[in-house]
Amino acid sequence: MIHQYKCGGQNIVLDVNSGAVHTVDDVAYDLIAGYETEDREALIDSVYAAHRDEPDVTRGEVAACYDEIGELKAAGKLFTPDPFRPIAGALKAKSAGVVKALCLHVAHTCNLNCEYCFASQGKFHGERALMSFETGKAALDFLVAHSGTRCNLEVDFFGGEPLMNFSVVKALVAYARSIEQAAGKNFRFTLTTNGMLIDDDVIDFANRECVNVVLSLDGRKEVHDRFRVDGAGRGSFERIVPKFQRLVEKRGGKNYYMRGTFTHFNPDFLKDIETMLDLGFNELSMEPVVCAPGDPYALTDEDLPVVMEQYEKLAELMIRRRREGRPFTFYHYMIDLKGGPCIYKRISGCGSGTEYMAVTPWGDLYPCHQFVGEEKYRLGDVWQGVTNTAAQSEFAACNVYAHKECESCWARLYCSGGCAANAYHATGSVTGVYETGCKLFRKRMECAIMAEIVRLQEEA
Amino acid sequence: MKHINTVETRNLCESAKVGGCGECQTSCQSACKTSCGIANQKCNGQKKEEK
Repeated sequence: MIHQYKCGGQNIVLDVNSGAVHTVDDVAYDLIAGYETEDREALIDSVYAAHRDEPDVTRGEVAACYDEIGELKAAGKLFTPDPFRPIAGALKAKSAGVVKALCLHVAHTCNLNCEYCFASQGKFHGERALMSFETGKAALDFLVAHSGTRCNLEVDFFGGEPLMNFSVVKALVAYARSIEQAAGKNFRFTLTTNGMLIDDDVIDFANRECVNVVLSLDGRKEVHDRFRVDGAGRGSFERIVPKFQRLVEKRGGKNYYMRGTFTHFNPDFLKDIETMLDLGFNELSMEPVVCAPGDPYALTDEDLPVVMEQYEKLAELMIRRRREGRPFTFYHYMIDLKGGPCIYKRISGCGSGTEYMAVTPWGDLYPCHQFVGEEKYRLGDVWQGVTNTAAQSEFAACNVYAHKECESCWARLYCSGGCAANAYHATGSVTGVYETGCKLFRKRMECAIMAEIVRLQEEA
Repeated sequence: MKHINTVETRNLCESAKVGGCGECQTSCQSACKTSCGIANQKCNGQKKEEK
């Protein structure tokens, strides 16, 4: 399978199963489109007829290009058949029984009251609660005990608002640091915060201990303050931006992401990206809202063309600012064509429910943070481990080939079948697909690959 | 006349021989927490392939 598209002035051809990427001229683009279905001489004639008025195009040149395509096919870089489908289960099984990442819900409560929050204002449709140190310690012990030969273990402090339980966060990191050397592990901590409780103590801690911090900011003040309000309904923009700026200024080059959400009310989210840049932030992530289709802020079919255009303009902005010496990163456009994930990862997906789990304040295990509160997907707890093996087996079987819609999709080895939680909430099944998410993902990939090709061309 | 430029990429078939170490970052932990970003992850195994 191949995918060919035009974007940013480039003719791009992707060979899905080998991962090969090609940029081609118009003659090759048209030849590739008909290569597998049309007779050689007829195709050469029709492509020559279409391009004969262009400089240097002769029938012999078109025929030579046809043969060049044949050589790439023979080399396994075009029209490569799919060798992975029969072994997909075995590829994913390589990580069976190993847990390497936990999302620790240290606070099921929040000091903001954001209407669009998938976590029901931090409570996850349940009671307000803070995780105790003892429960968090048991979670870290569970992670180490079930991590097999994995060295890198990831723990994200999440909520709700995790800084509402900052003393426990600090104690858990100290505990992890005290055991990691003897266990032969490397804990990598991340923190996701709305910023309200950031102070110098938090900044020093986050910049010392966290490999990444995710800072929630939606962009323009009026956009941010539409949803991200406190209990009295007051917007949080003015209070959090100076705190974020101070944290980032003192971060010393370590990773962070400004993480925004766009909704039906701001499908023109590029303006929000530009606002973040103007505020001095340059590691950015802007995500479509996750909600029920009937919610007033849900993206509609009418929004999608606007969003697609925004993704293209965002890629153009990235290219332009890099040329000007003012680069920034957009999470979904950070694609490393040479050093990206192996086929095991691309087949297996994010590992939710198997190697990645969420832990509630009470120590319950769920497949990921977006399944918390879905009682049928409660997997067990940090003391007994996974006891609901039937639920876990759904996730163990959830590889890219478990989604029948993915069979005909060129992007399947870039998205790995997509987000199980999005699929479940859209279709009722973790092996379904969230169609709107698929459309957005494909567009992001097209733009990301184009932007990376341009960068490589200009730096060659 | 060169009609096709092939960008240097990781060969997925080759990666099946040495990949699967599992040391790379879990995608959902890295930024968005709501939409998958497998393609945005970085690879141990790559070093073995290059040898």
